[in-house]
Amino acid sequence: MLTAYAATVLSAGYVTLKLAGSALALSVVLGLAGALCKLSSSAVLRTLAGIYTSTVRGIPDLVLMLLMFYSLPTLCNDLIAAAGFEYFVEFDPFIAGMLTLALIFGAYMTETFRGALLTIPKGQVEAARAYGLGPVKTFVRIQLPQMARLALPGFTNNWLVLLKATALASLIGLQDVMLTAKGAAEATGQPFTFYLIAGGFYLALTIASVLILMWIGRRLDLGTREMPR
Amino acid sequence: MNWDIILENLPLYAQGAKLTVLLSLMALAIGFVLSLGLALLRNSHNPWVRLPVLGYTLVFRGTPLLVQLFLIYYGLAQFELLRQSIVWPWLSSPLVCVLIAFVLNTTAYTTEIFAGGMRHIPAGEIEAARAYGMSPFTVARRILIPAMLTRSLSLYGNETIMMMHATSLASTVTLMEVTGVARTITLTSYILFEPYVTAAAIYLALTFVLVALFRVAEKRWANP
Repeated sequence: MLTAYAATVLSAGYVTLKLAGSALALSVVLGLAGALCKLSSSAVLRTLAGIYTSTVRGIPDLVLMLLMFYSLPTLCNDLIAAAGFEYFVEFDPFIAGMLTLALIFGAYMTETFRGALLTIPKGQVEAARAYGLGPVKTFVRIQLPQMARLALPGFTNNWLVLLKATALASLIGLQDVMLTAKGAAEATGQPFTFYLIAGGFYLALTIASVLILMWIGRRLDLGTREMPR
Repeated sequence: MNWDIILENLPLYAQGAKLTVLLSLMALAIGFVLSLGLALLRNSHNPWVRLPVLGYTLVFRGTPLLVQLFLIYYGLAQFELLRQSIVWPWLSSPLVCVLIAFVLNTTAYTTEIFAGGMRHIPAGEIEAARAYGMSPFTVARRILIPAMLTRSLSLYGNETIMMMHATSLASTVTLMEVTGVARTITLTSYILFEPYVTAAAIYLALTFVLVALFRVAEKRWANP
Protein backbone atom coordinates (compact mmCIF):
# COMPACT_ATOMS: atom_id res chain seq x y z
CA MET A 1 0.00 0.00 0.00
CA LEU A 2 2.87 2.33 0.84
CA THR A 3 4.41 1.78 -2.57
CA ALA A 4 1.07 2.59 -4.21
CA TYR A 5 0.96 5.90 -2.34
CA ALA A 6 4.59 6.58 -3.18
CA ALA A 7 3.82 5.98 -6.85
CA THR A 8 0.94 8.49 -6.67
CA VAL A 9 3.25 11.09 -5.14
CA LEU A 10 5.88 10.60 -7.81
CA SER A 11 3.32 10.60 -10.63
CA ALA A 12 2.25 14.05 -9.43
CA GLY A 13 5.79 15.00 -10.41
CA TYR A 14 4.31 15.51 -13.87
CA VAL A 15 2.22 18.41 -12.55
CA THR A 16 5.24 19.92 -10.79
CA LEU A 17 7.34 19.63 -13.93
CA LYS A 18 4.59 21.06 -16.14
CA LEU A 19 4.23 24.01 -13.78
CA ALA A 20 7.99 24.59 -13.59
CA GLY A 21 8.46 24.23 -17.35
CA SER A 22 5.65 26.56 -18.37
CA ALA A 23 6.64 29.14 -15.76
CA LEU A 24 10.23 28.94 -16.99
CA ALA A 25 9.23 29.53 -20.62
CA LEU A 26 7.12 32.56 -19.66
CA SER A 27 9.80 33.92 -17.37
CA VAL A 28 12.41 33.76 -20.13
CA VAL A 29 10.12 35.83 -22.37
CA LEU A 30 9.47 38.31 -19.54
CA GLY A 31 13.16 38.38 -18.67
CA LEU A 32 14.19 39.17 -22.25
CA ALA A 33 11.60 41.92 -22.47
CA GLY A 34 12.65 43.23 -19.05
CA ALA A 35 16.35 43.22 -19.91
CA LEU A 36 15.72 45.03 -23.20
CA CYS A 37 13.60 47.62 -21.35
CA LYS A 38 16.31 48.10 -18.72
CA LEU A 39 18.92 48.65 -21.43
CA SER A 40 16.72 50.78 -23.66
CA SER A 41 17.32 54.45 -24.26
CA SER A 42 13.79 55.32 -23.12
CA ALA A 43 13.69 56.54 -19.54
CA VAL A 44 10.05 55.46 -19.17
CA LEU A 45 10.80 51.84 -20.11
CA ARG A 46 13.85 51.78 -17.81
CA THR A 47 11.84 53.11 -14.87
CA LEU A 48 8.96 50.69 -15.48
CA ALA A 49 11.33 47.73 -15.64
CA GLY A 50 13.07 48.97 -12.50
CA ILE A 51 9.79 49.20 -10.60
CA TYR A 52 8.84 45.71 -11.82
CA THR A 53 12.03 43.99 -10.70
CA SER A 54 12.39 45.74 -7.36
CA THR A 55 8.72 45.29 -6.39
CA VAL A 56 8.55 41.63 -7.33
CA ARG A 57 11.84 40.83 -5.65
CA GLY A 58 10.77 42.71 -2.51
CA ILE A 59 7.70 40.57 -1.81
CA PRO A 60 7.85 36.93 -0.66
CA ASP A 61 6.90 34.30 -3.27
CA LEU A 62 4.10 32.98 -1.07
CA VAL A 63 2.51 36.41 -0.63
CA LEU A 64 2.68 37.05 -4.39
CA MET A 65 1.01 33.70 -4.99
CA LEU A 66 -1.77 34.49 -2.53
CA LEU A 67 -2.18 37.92 -4.15
CA MET A 68 -2.47 36.31 -7.58
CA PHE A 69 -4.83 33.54 -6.48
CA TYR A 70 -7.12 35.38 -4.06
CA SER A 71 -6.67 39.14 -4.39
CA LEU A 72 -6.43 39.65 -8.13
CA PRO A 73 -9.67 37.79 -9.05
CA THR A 74 -11.47 39.64 -6.22
CA LEU A 75 -10.26 42.95 -7.57
CA CYS A 76 -11.33 41.98 -11.10
CA ASN A 77 -14.75 40.87 -9.88
CA ASP A 78 -15.26 44.10 -7.95
CA LEU A 79 -14.35 46.10 -11.04
CA ILE A 80 -16.59 43.98 -13.28
CA ALA A 81 -19.49 44.32 -10.84
CA ALA A 82 -18.92 48.07 -10.57
CA ALA A 83 -19.03 48.30 -14.36
CA GLY A 84 -22.40 46.54 -14.26
CA PHE A 85 -21.51 43.26 -15.93
CA GLU A 86 -22.35 39.79 -14.71
CA TYR A 87 -19.21 37.78 -15.05
CA PHE A 88 -17.21 35.93 -12.45
CA VAL A 89 -13.43 35.58 -12.67
CA GLU A 90 -11.80 32.70 -10.89
CA PHE A 91 -8.24 31.44 -11.25
CA ASP A 92 -7.32 27.82 -11.47
CA PRO A 93 -4.43 26.99 -9.07
CA PHE A 94 -2.25 25.92 -11.98
CA ILE A 95 -2.77 29.15 -13.91
CA ALA A 96 -2.31 31.29 -10.80
CA GLY A 97 0.83 29.38 -9.83
CA MET A 98 2.27 29.57 -13.32
CA LEU A 99 1.61 33.30 -13.67
CA THR A 100 3.05 34.06 -10.22
CA LEU A 101 6.21 32.06 -10.79
CA ALA A 102 6.61 33.58 -14.26
CA LEU A 103 6.27 37.06 -12.77
CA ILE A 104 8.80 36.35 -10.01
CA PHE A 105 11.38 34.61 -12.14
CA GLY A 106 10.84 37.04 -14.99
CA ALA A 107 12.28 39.63 -12.62
CA TYR A 108 15.27 37.44 -11.77
CA MET A 109 15.79 36.57 -15.46
CA THR A 110 15.69 40.30 -16.28
CA GLU A 111 18.68 40.88 -14.01
CA THR A 112 20.52 37.80 -15.30
CA PHE A 113 19.99 38.68 -18.97
CA ARG A 114 20.79 42.35 -18.41
CA GLY A 115 24.08 41.45 -16.78
CA ALA A 116 24.96 39.05 -19.60
CA LEU A 117 24.08 41.59 -22.32
CA LEU A 118 26.25 44.20 -20.63
CA THR A 119 29.24 41.83 -20.71
CA ILE A 120 29.18 41.62 -24.52
CA PRO A 121 31.76 44.09 -25.89
CA LYS A 122 30.11 47.15 -27.43
CA GLY A 123 32.28 46.91 -30.54
CA GLN A 124 30.46 43.78 -31.64
CA VAL A 125 27.12 45.56 -31.84
CA GLU A 126 28.76 48.51 -33.60
CA ALA A 127 30.44 46.17 -36.08
CA ALA A 128 27.13 44.41 -36.79
CA ARG A 129 25.40 47.74 -37.37
CA ALA A 130 28.27 48.84 -39.61
CA TYR A 131 27.72 45.70 -41.70
CA GLY A 132 24.18 46.89 -42.26
CA LEU A 133 22.33 44.53 -39.88
CA GLY A 134 19.17 46.08 -38.43
CA PRO A 135 18.60 46.30 -34.65
CA VAL A 136 16.50 43.10 -34.64
CA LYS A 137 19.01 41.09 -36.65
CA THR A 138 21.86 42.41 -34.52
CA PHE A 139 20.06 41.23 -31.43
CA VAL A 140 19.09 37.81 -32.77
CA ARG A 141 22.35 36.98 -34.54
CA ILE A 142 25.02 38.70 -32.45
CA GLN A 143 23.76 39.43 -28.94
CA LEU A 144 21.34 36.58 -28.25
CA PRO A 145 23.74 33.65 -28.87
CA GLN A 146 26.44 35.21 -26.70
CA MET A 147 23.94 36.18 -24.03
CA ALA A 148 22.79 32.54 -23.82
CA ARG A 149 26.32 31.45 -22.97
CA LEU A 150 27.06 34.28 -20.56
CA ALA A 151 23.70 34.01 -18.79
CA LEU A 152 23.86 30.25 -18.31
CA PRO A 153 25.20 30.23 -14.71
CA GLY A 154 22.56 32.74 -13.59
CA PHE A 155 19.90 30.93 -15.60
CA THR A 156 20.80 27.63 -13.92
CA ASN A 157 20.51 29.24 -10.53
CA ASN A 158 17.12 30.80 -11.34
CA TRP A 159 15.82 27.47 -12.64
CA LEU A 160 16.87 25.65 -9.47
CA VAL A 161 15.14 28.24 -7.28
CA LEU A 162 12.06 28.15 -9.55
CA LEU A 163 11.85 24.36 -9.34
CA LYS A 164 11.75 24.50 -5.55
CA ALA A 165 9.35 27.46 -5.53
CA THR A 166 6.74 25.35 -7.39
CA ALA A 167 6.09 23.62 -4.04
CA LEU A 168 4.30 26.81 -2.94
CA ALA A 169 1.53 26.13 -5.47
CA SER A 170 0.44 23.26 -3.20
CA LEU A 171 -0.63 25.92 -0.71
CA ILE A 172 -3.22 27.28 -3.15
CA GLY A 173 -4.49 23.79 -3.89
CA LEU A 174 -2.52 22.53 -6.87
CA GLN A 175 -2.22 18.73 -6.78
CA ASP A 176 1.55 18.68 -7.22
CA VAL A 177 4.15 16.47 -5.52
CA MET A 178 3.84 18.41 -2.29
CA LEU A 179 0.05 18.29 -1.93
CA THR A 180 -0.08 14.64 -2.98
CA ALA A 181 2.59 13.88 -0.37
CA LYS A 182 0.44 15.67 2.18
CA GLY A 183 -2.58 13.57 1.21
CA ALA A 184 -0.56 10.36 1.45
CA ALA A 185 0.93 11.48 4.77
CA GLU A 186 -2.52 12.03 6.24
CA ALA A 187 -3.98 8.83 4.81
CA THR A 188 -1.19 6.57 6.06
CA GLY A 189 -0.14 8.41 9.22
CA GLN A 190 3.46 8.42 7.97
CA PRO A 191 4.20 12.09 7.26
CA PHE A 192 7.97 11.71 7.54
CA THR A 193 8.12 8.98 4.89
CA PHE A 194 6.08 10.89 2.34
CA TYR A 195 7.62 14.32 2.83
CA LEU A 196 10.98 12.56 2.53
CA ILE A 197 9.88 11.08 -0.81
CA ALA A 198 8.78 14.55 -1.94
CA GLY A 199 12.13 15.97 -0.82
CA GLY A 200 13.96 13.21 -2.71
CA PHE A 201 12.01 14.10 -5.86
CA TYR A 202 13.11 17.75 -5.74
CA LEU A 203 16.70 16.77 -4.87
CA ALA A 204 16.92 14.33 -7.78
CA LEU A 205 15.59 16.96 -10.19
CA THR A 206 18.03 19.53 -8.82
CA ILE A 207 21.01 17.23 -9.30
CA ALA A 208 19.84 16.17 -12.77
CA SER A 209 19.36 19.84 -13.77
CA VAL A 210 22.83 20.79 -12.60
CA LEU A 211 24.39 17.94 -14.57
CA ILE A 212 22.42 18.69 -17.76
CA LEU A 213 23.12 22.43 -17.61
CA MET A 214 26.81 21.78 -16.97
CA TRP A 215 26.83 19.68 -20.15
CA ILE A 216 25.06 22.44 -22.09
CA GLY A 217 27.53 24.95 -20.66
CA ARG A 218 30.45 22.92 -21.97
CA ARG A 219 28.81 22.80 -25.41
CA LEU A 220 28.18 26.55 -25.46
CA ASP A 221 31.72 27.23 -24.31
CA LEU A 222 33.21 25.27 -27.23
CA GLY A 223 35.72 27.42 -29.02
CA THR A 224 35.85 30.02 -26.29
CA ARG A 225 37.92 28.20 -23.74
CA GLU A 226 41.15 28.37 -25.72
CA MET A 227 40.92 32.12 -25.96
CA PRO A 228 43.09 34.08 -23.57
CA ARG A 229 41.13 35.91 -20.95
CA MET B 1 -12.71 48.66 -0.76
CA ASN B 2 -12.56 47.91 2.93
CA TRP B 3 -9.46 49.67 4.17
CA ASP B 4 -11.20 50.42 7.51
CA ILE B 5 -10.82 46.75 8.42
CA ILE B 6 -7.08 47.00 7.76
CA LEU B 7 -6.86 50.15 9.90
CA GLU B 8 -8.66 48.39 12.74
CA ASN B 9 -6.23 45.50 12.47
CA LEU B 10 -3.04 47.53 12.26
CA PRO B 11 -1.95 46.50 15.78
CA LEU B 12 -2.23 42.87 14.64
CA TYR B 13 0.00 43.64 11.64
CA ALA B 14 2.49 45.36 13.95
CA GLN B 15 2.65 42.21 16.07
CA GLY B 16 3.03 40.13 12.92
CA ALA B 17 5.86 42.34 11.68
CA LYS B 18 7.55 41.96 15.06
CA LEU B 19 7.40 38.17 14.77
CA THR B 20 8.64 38.31 11.15
CA VAL B 21 11.62 40.42 12.18
CA LEU B 22 12.28 38.29 15.24
CA LEU B 23 12.19 35.02 13.27
CA SER B 24 14.47 36.45 10.58
CA LEU B 25 16.97 37.85 13.09
CA MET B 26 17.14 34.66 15.15
CA ALA B 27 17.51 32.38 12.13
CA LEU B 28 20.10 34.67 10.57
CA ALA B 29 22.11 35.12 13.78
CA ILE B 30 22.30 31.40 14.55
CA GLY B 31 22.90 30.60 10.88
CA PHE B 32 25.70 33.17 10.69
CA VAL B 33 27.65 31.66 13.60
CA LEU B 34 27.19 28.09 12.34
CA SER B 35 28.16 29.05 8.79
CA LEU B 36 31.46 30.62 9.87
CA GLY B 37 32.62 27.27 11.20
CA LEU B 38 31.04 25.18 8.46
CA ALA B 39 32.56 27.36 5.72
CA LEU B 40 36.03 26.63 7.13
CA LEU B 41 35.22 22.91 7.18
CA ARG B 42 33.71 23.13 3.67
CA ASN B 43 37.12 24.24 2.35
CA SER B 44 39.09 21.69 4.36
CA HIS B 45 41.72 19.60 2.58
CA ASN B 46 40.43 16.50 4.33
CA PRO B 47 37.62 14.93 2.24
CA TRP B 48 36.13 13.29 5.36
CA VAL B 49 35.50 16.77 6.70
CA ARG B 50 34.67 18.52 3.44
CA LEU B 51 32.27 16.02 1.90
CA PRO B 52 29.78 15.72 4.80
CA VAL B 53 29.42 19.52 4.80
CA LEU B 54 28.95 19.45 1.02
CA GLY B 55 26.30 16.72 1.44
CA TYR B 56 24.46 18.84 4.00
CA THR B 57 24.44 21.99 1.86
CA LEU B 58 23.44 19.99 -1.24
CA VAL B 59 20.43 18.41 0.46
CA PHE B 60 19.20 21.59 2.11
CA ARG B 61 19.76 23.76 -0.96
CA GLY B 62 18.32 21.12 -3.27
CA THR B 63 14.93 20.73 -1.60
CA PRO B 64 12.17 23.30 -0.98
CA LEU B 65 12.09 24.93 2.44
CA LEU B 66 8.42 23.97 2.61
CA VAL B 67 9.39 20.28 2.48
CA GLN B 68 12.01 20.78 5.19
CA LEU B 69 9.53 22.62 7.40
CA PHE B 70 6.81 19.97 6.95
CA LEU B 71 9.32 17.17 7.56
CA ILE B 72 10.23 18.70 10.90
CA TYR B 73 6.81 19.95 12.01
CA TYR B 74 4.54 17.15 10.75
CA GLY B 75 7.08 14.43 9.97
CA LEU B 76 8.79 13.98 13.32
CA ALA B 77 5.48 13.00 14.94
CA GLN B 78 5.74 9.73 13.05
CA PHE B 79 8.37 8.45 15.47
CA GLU B 80 6.86 7.04 18.65
CA LEU B 81 10.23 7.08 20.41
CA LEU B 82 10.60 10.80 19.79
CA ARG B 83 7.04 11.52 20.88
CA GLN B 84 7.71 9.97 24.29
CA SER B 85 11.07 11.64 24.81
CA ILE B 86 11.63 14.72 26.95
CA VAL B 87 12.35 16.93 23.93
CA TRP B 88 8.86 16.42 22.48
CA PRO B 89 7.24 19.49 24.11
CA TRP B 90 9.91 21.47 22.25
CA LEU B 91 9.60 19.63 18.96
CA SER B 92 5.81 19.90 18.89
CA SER B 93 5.94 23.68 19.18
CA PRO B 94 5.54 25.39 15.80
CA LEU B 95 7.92 28.18 16.80
CA VAL B 96 10.76 25.77 17.57
CA CYS B 97 10.13 23.71 14.42
CA VAL B 98 10.07 26.81 12.25
CA LEU B 99 13.31 28.04 13.76
CA ILE B 100 15.04 24.67 13.31
CA ALA B 101 13.93 24.54 9.66
CA PHE B 102 14.95 28.16 8.96
CA VAL B 103 18.34 27.78 10.66
CA LEU B 104 19.14 24.54 8.81
CA ASN B 105 18.11 26.14 5.52
CA THR B 106 19.83 29.51 5.82
CA THR B 107 22.99 27.89 7.25
CA ALA B 108 23.28 25.72 4.12
CA TYR B 109 23.07 28.75 1.82
CA THR B 110 25.27 30.96 3.99
CA THR B 111 27.93 28.25 4.32
CA GLU B 112 28.23 28.06 0.54
CA ILE B 113 28.35 31.86 0.24
CA PHE B 114 31.10 32.16 2.86
CA ALA B 115 33.03 29.17 1.54
CA GLY B 116 32.88 30.70 -1.95
CA GLY B 117 34.12 34.05 -0.61
CA MET B 118 36.96 32.27 1.13
CA ARG B 119 38.12 30.52 -2.04
CA HIS B 120 38.72 33.92 -3.63
CA ILE B 121 41.19 35.05 -0.97
CA PRO B 122 44.68 35.25 -2.51
CA ALA B 123 46.87 32.44 -1.17
CA GLY B 124 49.62 34.99 -0.50
CA GLU B 125 47.59 36.60 2.31
CA ILE B 126 47.39 33.30 4.20
CA GLU B 127 51.04 32.50 3.50
CA ALA B 128 52.12 35.92 4.76
CA ALA B 129 50.10 35.44 7.96
CA ARG B 130 51.70 32.03 8.44
CA ALA B 131 55.13 33.51 7.83
CA TYR B 132 54.44 36.05 10.58
CA GLY B 133 54.09 33.09 12.91
CA MET B 134 50.30 33.22 13.39
CA SER B 135 48.67 30.01 14.57
CA PRO B 136 45.91 28.52 12.34
CA PHE B 137 43.34 29.88 14.78
CA THR B 138 44.78 33.40 14.65
CA VAL B 139 44.96 33.21 10.85
CA ALA B 140 41.28 32.30 10.76
CA ARG B 141 40.30 35.03 13.22
CA ARG B 142 42.39 37.88 11.85
CA ILE B 143 42.79 37.16 8.14
CA LEU B 144 40.47 34.47 6.79
CA ILE B 145 37.15 35.37 8.39
CA PRO B 146 37.33 39.18 7.90
CA ALA B 147 38.44 38.77 4.28
CA MET B 148 35.76 36.14 3.67
CA LEU B 149 33.01 38.32 5.17
CA THR B 150 33.87 41.45 3.18
CA ARG B 151 34.07 39.40 -0.03
CA SER B 152 30.69 37.79 0.48
CA LEU B 153 28.86 40.85 1.78
CA SER B 154 26.60 41.48 -1.23
CA LEU B 155 25.64 37.81 -1.62
CA TYR B 156 25.00 37.59 2.10
CA GLY B 157 22.76 40.66 1.80
CA ASN B 158 20.66 38.77 -0.75
CA GLU B 159 20.48 35.78 1.57
CA THR B 160 19.17 37.91 4.45
CA ILE B 161 16.39 39.20 2.17
CA MET B 162 15.59 35.66 1.03
CA MET B 163 15.45 34.51 4.66
CA MET B 164 13.19 37.38 5.66
CA HIS B 165 10.85 36.48 2.78
CA ALA B 166 11.03 32.81 3.71
CA THR B 167 9.59 33.55 7.15
CA SER B 168 6.24 33.91 5.35
CA LEU B 169 6.17 30.09 5.28
CA ALA B 170 5.81 30.10 9.07
CA SER B 171 2.15 30.98 8.43
CA THR B 172 1.62 27.45 7.07
CA VAL B 173 2.25 26.00 10.53
CA THR B 174 -0.09 28.40 12.37
CA LEU B 175 2.39 31.14 13.33
CA MET B 176 0.99 34.66 13.22
CA GLU B 177 3.68 36.59 11.40
CA VAL B 178 2.72 39.12 8.70
CA THR B 179 1.38 36.52 6.23
CA GLY B 180 -0.39 34.63 9.02
CA VAL B 181 -2.07 37.84 10.14
CA ALA B 182 -3.16 38.61 6.57
CA ARG B 183 -4.56 35.11 6.15
CA THR B 184 -6.48 35.36 9.44
CA ILE B 185 -8.04 38.67 8.44
CA THR B 186 -9.15 37.22 5.09
CA LEU B 187 -10.86 34.41 6.99
CA THR B 188 -12.51 36.54 9.66
CA SER B 189 -13.54 39.53 7.54
CA TYR B 190 -14.29 37.85 4.22
CA ILE B 191 -12.14 40.27 2.26
CA LEU B 192 -9.44 38.89 -0.01
CA PHE B 193 -7.78 41.93 -1.53
CA GLU B 194 -6.68 44.35 1.17
CA PRO B 195 -5.07 42.01 3.74
CA TYR B 196 -2.57 40.51 1.29
CA VAL B 197 -1.77 43.88 -0.29
CA THR B 198 -1.00 45.25 3.19
CA ALA B 199 1.23 42.24 3.91
CA ALA B 200 3.06 42.77 0.61
CA ALA B 201 3.61 46.45 1.48
CA ILE B 202 5.09 45.51 4.85
CA TYR B 203 7.50 43.03 3.25
CA LEU B 204 8.48 45.60 0.63
CA ALA B 205 9.26 48.14 3.35
CA LEU B 206 11.31 45.59 5.32
CA THR B 207 13.18 44.64 2.13
CA PHE B 208 14.05 48.26 1.39
CA VAL B 209 15.39 48.66 4.95
CA LEU B 210 17.60 45.59 4.50
CA VAL B 211 18.82 46.77 1.09
CA ALA B 212 19.70 50.18 2.55
CA LEU B 213 21.51 48.61 5.52
CA PHE B 214 23.63 46.43 3.27
CA ARG B 215 24.41 49.34 0.99
CA VAL B 216 25.81 51.21 4.00
CA ALA B 217 27.70 48.11 5.13
CA GLU B 218 29.21 47.64 1.68
CA LYS B 219 30.37 51.26 1.58
CA ARG B 220 31.91 50.87 5.01
CA TRP B 221 33.62 47.48 4.68
CA ALA B 222 33.68 46.19 1.13
CA ASN B 223 35.56 49.09 -0.46
CA PRO B 224 38.58 47.74 -2.28
